[in-house]
Amino acid sequence: MVDSNEVEWVKNQIGRMVPRSINGEELTPYCGPFSAVPRNDRKHGPRLGYIADQTSEVIATLGAAMERVGLKDGMTISFHHHFRNGDMVMNMVLQEIQKMGIRNLTLAPSSTFQCQEDMIIQCIKDGTIAHIEGGSARGEFGRLVSSGKYLDKPMKIRSHGGRVRAVEAGDIKIDVAFVGAPSADELGNLNAINGPSACGTINFAYVDVNFADHVIAITDNLVEYPNFPMSISQEKVDYVVVVDKIGDPSKIASGELRVTNSPTRLKIAKDAVKIADLLGYVIDGMNFQAGAGGISLAFNEYLHKLMKKKGITAGWAQGGTTKFLVDMLKDGTVKKLITGQAFDMVAIENMKNNPNHVDLPIGAYANIHGKGCTVNKLDVVVLGATEVDLDFNANTATMSTGIIAEPVGGHSDTAAGASLTILTVPLFRGRFPVVVKRCTTVVTPGETVDVVVTERGIAINPRRMDLLEALKHAKVPKEMRICTIEELNRMATDITGSKVEPNWGNKIVALIEYRDGTIIDVVRDVVPKYYDDAVYVDKDRE
Amino acid sequence: MKLRRSRLYVPGNNPKMIPPAGLYCSDVISLDLEDSVGPEFKVDARMLVSEALKVIDFGPCTEVTVRINPLSTPWGKWDIEQVVCEKLSGIYIPKVESVEDVIQVDEMVSRMEERKGLERGRIKLFATMETAMGIINAPEIARASKRLEGITIGGEDLTADLGGERSADGLAINTARSLILLAARAAGIQAIDTVYSDFEDEEGLRRETTMIKKMGFDGKACIHPLQIEVIHEVFNPTQEEIRYAVRVTNAIEKARKKGSGVIALGKKMVDRPIALKAERILARARAAELSIPDVEEDV
Repeated sequence: MVDSNEVEWVKNQIGRMVPRSINGEELTPYCGPFSAVPRNDRKHGPRLGYIADQTSEVIATLGAAMERVGLKDGMTISFHHHFRNGDMVMNMVLQEIQKMGIRNLTLAPSSTFQCQEDMIIQCIKDGTIAHIEGGSARGEFGRLVSSGKYLDKPMKIRSHGGRVRAVEAGDIKIDVAFVGAPSADELGNLNAINGPSACGTINFAYVDVNFADHVIAITDNLVEYPNFPMSISQEKVDYVVVVDKIGDPSKIASGELRVTNSPTRLKIAKDAVKIADLLGYVIDGMNFQAGAGGISLAFNEYLHKLMKKKGITAGWAQGGTTKFLVDMLKDGTVKKLITGQAFDMVAIENMKNNPNHVDLPIGAYANIHGKGCTVNKLDVVVLGATEVDLDFNANTATMSTGIIAEPVGGHSDTAAGASLTILTVPLFRGRFPVVVKRCTTVVTPGETVDVVVTERGIAINPRRMDLLEALKHAKVPKEMRICTIEELNRMATDITGSKVEPNWGNKIVALIEYRDGTIIDVVRDVVPKYYDDAVYVDKDRE
Repeated sequence: MKLRRSRLYVPGNNPKMIPPAGLYCSDVISLDLEDSVGPEFKVDARMLVSEALKVIDFGPCTEVTVRINPLSTPWGKWDIEQVVCEKLSGIYIPKVESVEDVIQVDEMVSRMEERKGLERGRIKLFATMETAMGIINAPEIARASKRLEGITIGGEDLTADLGGERSADGLAINTARSLILLAARAAGIQAIDTVYSDFEDEEGLRRETTMIKKMGFDGKACIHPLQIEVIHEVFNPTQEEIRYAVRVTNAIEKARKKGSGVIALGKKMVDRPIALKAERILARARAAELSIPDVEEDV
């Protein structure tokens, strides 16, 4: 484990101390949202394939496929997270790897879910997995990483766009990508819209299959050749393995996502729509992104109502798509939908039939070192956060206790790209203030955050003089209070008391990598003191 | 004019719901000690509410009131003793059936104001009629106290008392609504309607609010913050109404300057009811801080 006393520290542009290097790997401190140029001149290149006169790539067992591609100790394996909490692929693969006795692997998933926690933790403890690259950790897995006891190298936490950049740059060299495929044919043409485990899209795997040395597709739905549409085409796929089940459909898609019931959360959503409108962003042709959290869904719903009232149409919307966005597409309030993930059955079904509802490679969505990404065309994005501080920096990775708990997703990507980035947060959660003096961990730099909407007031980033000017001429309804971020912090701490700093240890357990590959912050281990319940408890040892 | 378009009920024994109650900018907040609090929590609620009144800032847009238990219960008297304080604007008295019910509360409030050294007569009273007896006595009840600024109707209890059924058209209680309105107007005070219980049914709420506004009511109670905006939308005069009212008052002003007794707007005569209505609309618009446009003089 990396001892924080043994590394050389340097202050980055937002004033956070970050290591100059770790285990011989040189790191670049964060230097502004658009300042870092790629370190490598060329993209990382995967191996050439060799197909000769092969007419089928179907292999009887997972173990046999792994042997054929030569999976061995120390390699890097990757997964996509489209089956969400219904995923069976990662567990099945890790189990097979455990059986084969392969060790010291690097796990590089696009994200992980609760259903995989037990397996990942087992594999970390028995040495099958030695390192975690990218994605994020939550639940027990997050607590385990935060304990600093099991992994020698710090985990790297990356945004969606940042992961694509890292794979293309060769920062993550994927040896074998395992791609769960809702439908596949015998040469490995894959898509996600047909089959019992349909999840709408598998676009998080697009970068993996392009840059991994080997690709093993795992399907429960082998169809007649050729499989249309070819979302991932045969030229990328080494082998296809057919299994009984790759996912639990009831958990892949949420049955029906519900708008929050909480009056304060609803007020936050409504005020976010109103402030976007007052600032002149709710106009004909606007492009926006709002996620699938309770507040974001309510934002979608209120925005939908307002747009209909104003008789305007959005150009496109993107992100995790749900019934709420599909409704807007169907009644013409939004012209086009771009899906990052499909969150419910309505979105999945709609992707099958609606030519104006498509998926995109995640690189095209958010990679700063690509040649164009949709986030740059966003007018408005609505995001949450676990904390936001006086510099408007946002934390989406750890709780206020310092424990790694939340997926960072496309937070920093969209914040950097969108013209208007709105953070919708309650002023406090339980006993923790959300608007704090200094974030426990910074994921998204304040320079890319424009407005913070809480139930008790709205703060505009003073860097955005144009927004402050626009508000001077707007008639702000009296139920919306415009104030400074300092006032929000004071209101929060008047209720909860000041934030208590976590009891940090001296191990570096995670590096927060900004989307351009620079280091924006580090996470240390948390020594249980105040919150015994929040740290990882090894049940086997007790 | 004091706007009382919306009145939000907040359960008095819920420490999570009380602090943010002012954020939604209802015209009135009623911290409730009565129907939303079970008998076993009456004392907790009273303590919580009386403390909340002292320490919580409910914001500038809101009149903070408490709905006490009736004096006929073991709790009513103690409710008044504890909640009367500097920050309390008014008390809602439930299940009022007679003039006596209001006078008793009035006297107790006076005693408490004196004992606590508060300004005399500042705390307003509002009486809720929820039984046939209460409705029948409404004309006298409405004149029972100088503190009384409004009377209101309790839909659920009244429906049960009448033996009718709650329905979208309000058939069971519409007569009572009319009687309450008549009593209020005769006494020169406000009339406030009962709650619309299904808070997820925005259209239903809009329909019922539109109806009671047309009847003449000044406001409506709500059980969820989501209902406030709809109620305000219905009660606020529209831009056309405001423009018309401005034109009416302009015409009156013009006639006065000319010394003419006949006031005309275009080809129409402006008579007293039209002038009164215009005044009321403008007063409402000003109280709700709506923008009042300058309108070109009619030629």
